[in-house]
Amino acid sequence: MAKTHVTMKVNGAEVEGLVEPRTLLVHFIRENLQMTGTHIGCETTHCGACTVDIDGMSVKSCTMFAVQANGSDITTIEGVANADGSLSALQEGFRMMHGLQCGFCTPGMIMRAQRLLKENPKPSEEEIRIGISGNICRCTGYQNIVKAIQYAAAKINGVEFREAAE
Amino acid sequence: MNDMTPTREERSAALEGMGCKRKRVEDIRFTQGKGNYVDDVKLPGMLHGDFVRSPHAHARVKSIDDSEALKVPGVLAVITAETLKTVNLAWMPTLAGDVQMVLADGKVLFQNQEVAFVVATDRYAADDGINKVKVEYEALAPLIDPFKSMDADAPVLREDLAGKTSGAHGPRKHHNHIFEWTVGDKDLTNAAFSKAEVTIKEMISYHRTHPSPLETCQCVCSFDKIKGELTIWGTFQAPHVIRTVVSLIAKLPEQKIHVISPDIGGGFGNKVGAYPGYICAAVASIVTGKPVKWVEDRIENLTATSFARDYHMTTEIAATKDGKVTGLRVHVLADHGAFDACADPSKWPAGFFNIVTGSYDFPVAHLAVDGVYTNKAPGGVAYRCSFRVTEAAYCIERAMDILAQKLGMDPAELRLKNFIKPEQFPYHSALGWEYDSGNYGTAMRKAMEKVKYAELRKEQAAMRAAFKRGETREIMGIGVSFFTEIVGAGPSKNCDILGIAMFDSCEIRMHPTGAGIARVGSKSQGQGHETTWAQIIATEIGIPADNIMVEEGNTDTAPYGLGTYGSRSTPVAGAAIAMAARKIKAKAQMIAAYKLEVHEDDLEFDIDGFRVKGLPEKFMSMKDICWAAYNSVPPGMEPGLEAVSYYDPPNMTYPFGAYICVMTIDVDTGVYKVKRFYALDDCGTRINPMIIEGQVHGGLTEAFAIAMGQEIRYDAEGNVVTGSFMDFFMPTAVETPHWETDFTVTPSPHHPIGAKGVGESPNVGGVPAFSNAVNDAFSFLGSTHIQMPHDYWRNWAAAKNLGVLAA
Repeated sequence: MAKTHVTMKVNGAEVEGLVEPRTLLVHFIRENLQMTGTHIGCETTHCGACTVDIDGMSVKSCTMFAVQANGSDITTIEGVANADGSLSALQEGFRMMHGLQCGFCTPGMIMRAQRLLKENPKPSEEEIRIGISGNICRCTGYQNIVKAIQYAAAKINGVEFREAAE
Repeated sequence: MNDMTPTREERSAALEGMGCKRKRVEDIRFTQGKGNYVDDVKLPGMLHGDFVRSPHAHARVKSIDDSEALKVPGVLAVITAETLKTVNLAWMPTLAGDVQMVLADGKVLFQNQEVAFVVATDRYAADDGINKVKVEYEALAPLIDPFKSMDADAPVLREDLAGKTSGAHGPRKHHNHIFEWTVGDKDLTNAAFSKAEVTIKEMISYHRTHPSPLETCQCVCSFDKIKGELTIWGTFQAPHVIRTVVSLIAKLPEQKIHVISPDIGGGFGNKVGAYPGYICAAVASIVTGKPVKWVEDRIENLTATSFARDYHMTTEIAATKDGKVTGLRVHVLADHGAFDACADPSKWPAGFFNIVTGSYDFPVAHLAVDGVYTNKAPGGVAYRCSFRVTEAAYCIERAMDILAQKLGMDPAELRLKNFIKPEQFPYHSALGWEYDSGNYGTAMRKAMEKVKYAELRKEQAAMRAAFKRGETREIMGIGVSFFTEIVGAGPSKNCDILGIAMFDSCEIRMHPTGAGIARVGSKSQGQGHETTWAQIIATEIGIPADNIMVEEGNTDTAPYGLGTYGSRSTPVAGAAIAMAARKIKAKAQMIAAYKLEVHEDDLEFDIDGFRVKGLPEKFMSMKDICWAAYNSVPPGMEPGLEAVSYYDPPNMTYPFGAYICVMTIDVDTGVYKVKRFYALDDCGTRINPMIIEGQVHGGLTEAFAIAMGQEIRYDAEGNVVTGSFMDFFMPTAVETPHWETDFTVTPSPHHPIGAKGVGESPNVGGVPAFSNAVNDAFSFLGSTHIQMPHDYWRNWAAAKNLGVLAA
């Protein structure tokens, strides 16, 4: 099948590649760019494991062709850590609040949560739950993911994190 | 001592040992997208394989034409049953003593069954090839309803079993019958029923569902023709068992098979079994001489690799009129689909379903299970439960509620009246188990106090009165569940897989600088073993958990283990870890005695080293002992500090818990709201409370999903109608209730550290709590039992059937 040349910015670096028109963005990221942090859980846009950030929006990369992302600015989980290599507030929050178990949904969940906190820096629990409802986690029951995002929001906002009373 | 000397508390805290909410070491890589899952494995020249699957539930395969497929650019091979016959692999043994087609051999027996395996340069080309394989089918009458499977005129599904009047588990009664398994004293049980003051009888179904981990089943097989070695990276919950199975069926020497389970994206029982994809990828690699990757998509996962449950349990309880149970009789119709691919210990065709007497002191009981074939996907696996334990817990917990309703008793009171009492442990159940320890009444009463149970019942009574007066259209249910699990399979006297006793193992190797590596036969799929196993060792030998690296999943380096499922890791591998650590400690004590110039009996272990009794200043830390082990051991002693333990547990462990669910249901829409869910777990000694709580949250969420909607449903033709996440209920953060967790601690008396296992308890106890809440809500309207799953539509239908909807 004829291939198309695409260029895009991924985690701040210009990348390019030759792809078939039908190549999914998630496969371009995982196979061509060899960034395997973005996962595939359902291939039908339900689970969110493949969530990346494209031009300021959360996008499920299993349901977008690589050619559609031509020229765009993409952030994946590999581009989330702080510049000095330390964990970002969200990454730290997931670890501190035990917001992950098998880790398979985690990259998509963190990518979604990062965009959520940019859109709404002080979300309520309900807003967090609605905000991550496009991402499925099979392990945690979400309660600690909510706490992880609250932890990160507090840290980003420079306030003390207090766990919600049980 | 000066001010800089750490206190005992500080020294103990520095270890981050058992009981500590240690943060997980795995999370550093997982939060950065640096996990290494099977689909992340990329090898030079790697090919991709994918399946042509059957659109029919039951059909004869007339012909397979791959000529057009082989012309597709990138397609290298199409493997069929005929290809596999040349290496005697068209069929494979199942863990349950049956055989299963790897690729359709003459017939297909369920929708989406594997028919041909297309091997291509990438996954897109493989898909193109699949579209070009022409398969001619002759449709046959499908058998979907298990209750019709043993009708005289039922279609013959398994022609390969023609004339076989017995199977792996005894006589077969019918051409679609697999086994009958009976336990207990039939005559005594019948006698108890004939003189019973009160009896109840209900057919309680546990529907077909699926574990559906977020990462599907997948593998990469790489055969090195020069060395004759096969390396398999796979999503295996039990890598050593896979190595042995591959060796036996592929006739490859076991030392030349390397099985690696890298990071696994959840398992929940789905990744215990051996699937056609593994065999086909291995054969394809041998045929092509190149590595071959097979990755299921989600629809394939839901429709072809192992389902769970499909148990139809006709349940009877005999009791006195004041509510003392006197007998239990259960008959199960077990739908295994087209092949019996149950993942149970070999001698247990219905798993440990004979835990069905639950937490209650039944003097007599009898159980019979009939396994049957239907035109559905093969299974069934233990979806976040020890083998068939969630079915058993659901059966008895639902039945106890039905009995309470008949007696006019409160369901919690009925349970309290019939609990096995603390002084009865070790308790021998009527169906043959020896319960290790329990304190059920204390746990139940604590739960009732925490949720203010009496007030909830008053609130419910007021709401029911308001409903009857027409002031509300909402009804309220209080679901009580008290479960006893049986986990930690298991003792070699009664548990094996294909003849291999179900022990587990640990090897600890301490390094000179006071660090070490522990290799274990279990395999985490998210349970956090790299964190918790190190905590056990830290407490046992006094080396900080941070200094212990834990490694699992590589059959070349890890000692032989039976893997992780059925909440067996802590009861079995956890015990092996403690025992290996104690061997390290024993040798360390000899070295310390030599270095401190005392007899070893004069030493006592003190947090992180050995101290001479009565001489507190004479102390040698474990760190220094590690150095000495490589530097100055006593004369005649081998240098080094290593130990291996293979642990054959003397008994199972029996975790238990009390769960209470409060729910309201709008009868006009069927929409339910979980108002409160309280879960008290007793898993014995708690290694990492943070991880336990996380396990409970996750298990409850899966229980919520199963009870309230998650179902693999077939239509009459055998089409799967819930084959994607669009239709198969996967709760998101919005639907998922808030969980309240609590605990009591009743250590296991026979486990080295008293731990019992916890991962599956919340699923086992959670499902009946939800279902009992729904059933309790409807009970005052004249309902006795409503089958799961309790989705909105079924709730609405229940209200309609009870005549409470406006005409």
